[in-house]
Amino acid sequence: MIVTILNVVIAGLLLGGIYAVTAVGLSLQYGVARVLNIAHGEFIMLGAFITWSAFTLLGINPLVSLAICGPILFAVGYILYRTLFTRLRISSPTPGAFEGNSMLACFGLLFIIQNVAILIWGADIKGYTYLTSSVDFWGAKFSANRLITLGFALVICLLFYLFLAGTRLGKAIRAAAQDPDTAGLMGVKINQVLALCFGFGAMMAGLGGALISMCYEIQPTMGLEYTMIALIVMVLGGLGSIPGSFIGGLILGLVGSIVTYVEPGLSLVAYYVIFMLLLLAKPTGILGK
Amino acid sequence: MGIGKTSSKNVFVMGLVLLILILLAAAPLYASIYTVILLTSVLMYVIIAVSWTLFSGPTGYISLASAAFFGAGIYTSAILGNTLPLPLVIVLGGLISFCLALLVGALTLRLKGIYFVMFTFGLVELLLHFIMWWEVNITGTTGRVVPPVANTTVFYIMLMILVILLLTALFIRRSRYGLALQSIGENEEAASHSGVHVTALKIIIYAVSAFFMGAAGAVMATRWTYIDPTIAFNPLISFMPVLMAIFGGIQPLYGPIIGAGIFTYLEQFLITRFPYYYMLIFGIFMLVAILYMPEGLVGLAQRIWKKSSGKKHADT
Repeated sequence: MIVTILNVVIAGLLLGGIYAVTAVGLSLQYGVARVLNIAHGEFIMLGAFITWSAFTLLGINPLVSLAICGPILFAVGYILYRTLFTRLRISSPTPGAFEGNSMLACFGLLFIIQNVAILIWGADIKGYTYLTSSVDFWGAKFSANRLITLGFALVICLLFYLFLAGTRLGKAIRAAAQDPDTAGLMGVKINQVLALCFGFGAMMAGLGGALISMCYEIQPTMGLEYTMIALIVMVLGGLGSIPGSFIGGLILGLVGSIVTYVEPGLSLVAYYVIFMLLLLAKPTGILGK
Repeated sequence: MGIGKTSSKNVFVMGLVLLILILLAAAPLYASIYTVILLTSVLMYVIIAVSWTLFSGPTGYISLASAAFFGAGIYTSAILGNTLPLPLVIVLGGLISFCLALLVGALTLRLKGIYFVMFTFGLVELLLHFIMWWEVNITGTTGRVVPPVANTTVFYIMLMILVILLLTALFIRRSRYGLALQSIGENEEAASHSGVHVTALKIIIYAVSAFFMGAAGAVMATRWTYIDPTIAFNPLISFMPVLMAIFGGIQPLYGPIIGAGIFTYLEQFLITRFPYYYMLIFGIFMLVAILYMPEGLVGLAQRIWKKSSGKKHADT
């Protein structure tokens, strides 16, 4: 009995760690840069496929790939914001209109990225094995790669939180999140900061994707599911709240693990039920203002 | 702009619409069967895009639940198609979507902006995954066969639904409900203080728009003959009407019609010519439309028209 509970809880945390990393990225993009990035999952997919290619073609250790995926996706996100979204932000009459327009632009991005990925890597399911030896936890067994994934997820989130809380740039980002206009008046280079935020969001997606590729099978169309999960976690934690997204990710992971234990196949249904109940009962989430 | 000018313009537009409808209605007589099938999909998307705009256009609430309403119609057709006559199935498909929208509307009253968008999209995914789980674990079968109906019949039913939808949309626009919807979009609180029953109106119009999507789904199922949850609740059906309406232009009634017509034709053209690049080209199209045509094709045409006619008159 205790072993079963332990099994379910640890499996939940392992799942939740990945959810947390991806949701923190989405939360940053929506909370600060005001872009509801429906293409978030596609950035996750890119991270996963870059890691897969690096491992199968060049034999690069997936953990080393984190250092490759991160900067590449950061650059992609940064450039996208500087070109596409800045233009939209200037041309949109109100912040509300920008939210709508940027979301639709993200749908366009979703199709483009997904289909470019299919052209490059093909539409098949891919995967590789890395550190699958099992580790024993008081009777509950887990493969080593999943534990490492959780560890890295926690470290990435923590580092990112320290960066936001402790550095000058982090302060500028938080100022821009609260009030972009006033932050601009106080000397924050607002276009630069928003673009950096979008870039960091894409970076977190890429890192999350690299971690996902170590444990799960991947395919170019996997994005939307991860986008939806990140979205649910973001709402669960409170829109725009980074610690909220982190905690929300762990909670959703636990829920997923418990539901999968009781009735496999219903975990996604459970996520959406939670999501919709949450939107109805407390749309501001657990740590929202 | 004088009143006389508008009414003569209206007569012209009415005449044009009638002409197009007659040409469409006669299509099975002179066009190939392929054209009729293509026109049926065009009509389907036009119905979804116009119904979407009926609610989301004036109010500004972006609903991504179209696929849920459309899918509800499809499933009605799949479950009842064998036992009930087609017209009844179509009306039932519409009514079930209508009720679903009433429920969603009543639940989401308090949600605004991005929360509403997420809730409506969540609904599509919830239905998709729940029905998939249901079919795998409870009934033990995925997918259903829908009794087929002749292509021209499907075409005429679609056309009929569209005509009823256009008349409904026109009626709503001309009535005080249209004005009330517009005022909700501009300032909901002010609208409610001026005596508009904001909630009731939103729910009713939302449900009416869902009725037409459900009816279209019930008809379309008979053309597809085989359906499963991923076909019925395809998220694309949620995104497409939004894009089509924005591409065409949300303001005038013919904006979404033009958008849907062009998009569906483009889709068919790209699928046959560039099957591997089709979605890619589509995405690029979307980005360009959002970046360069924020008011849609109609807005773009009006801007060009204004520029060219402005030059003829004096620069003041």
